[in-house]
Amino acid sequence: MIKVQQEDFDVGAEIAALKAGRTDIGAVVAFLGTFRDQAGTVTALTVEHYPGVTEREPEHIEAEAQARWPLQASLIVHRVGTLRPSDNIVLVLTASEHRQAAFAAADFLMDYLKTRAPFWKRESGPSGSTWVEANAGDDAASARWSEVKKAAE
Amino acid sequence: MRLLYFAWVKEKTGIGAEDIELPATVSTIADLMSWLKTRGPEFEHAFARGEVIRAAIDQTHVRHDARICGAREIAFFPPVTGG
Repeated sequence: MIKVQQEDFDVGAEIAALKAGRTDIGAVVAFLGTFRDQAGTVTALTVEHYPGVTEREPEHIEAEAQARWPLQASLIVHRVGTLRPSDNIVLVLTASEHRQAAFAAADFLMDYLKTRAPFWKRESGPSGSTWVEANAGDDAASARWSEVKKAAE
Repeated sequence: MRLLYFAWVKEKTGIGAEDIELPATVSTIADLMSWLKTRGPEFEHAFARGEVIRAAIDQTHVRHDARICGAREIAFFPPVTGG
């Protein structure tokens, strides 16, 4: 499940909701991405998205994660709008019987968010504002999942 | 046909969305980008680095050689930077 929202989220409340009514979960991994000010050079972050696609497309990716690992539940929360340093940006939760699957699936979902989900960030600071450039390291991190899949086949 | 622009593509064109009639000669995403560049300096500027711009037809990512016949919505945007 994915939630795209302007408002902040409560990590503890999201984990509690994921676990509610379930007695089979043995491991929950949470990744929280937060806004860093890069030594005071960035004072605001604006996140834009492609409405409709950001809510729908990740469901296919979560389904892929569930096919790769024995996941019991997952959740993505991504904020949009204008954020301030230290604000929460993104939360990924994965739940499984054992930690390995939950760690790997959370890593996989984050790589998807970094390289394929249609969100864009704009950083503003004392010297003006610029769109964040895509990071080649993120592409490489994402590509390793297809290598892992090929190796497994 | 509805065209959508996001992030710096939107900033450079100055608009986020528009409904337009395309000439019959425009049959692929690459054709559409070339045609958009002829619409004025803002569009020429926005699509100057056309090779880095990504496109989606009816909310599905496509390559620049994809045919646009029958499309209802086409979006143009830079490489994504979420997460």
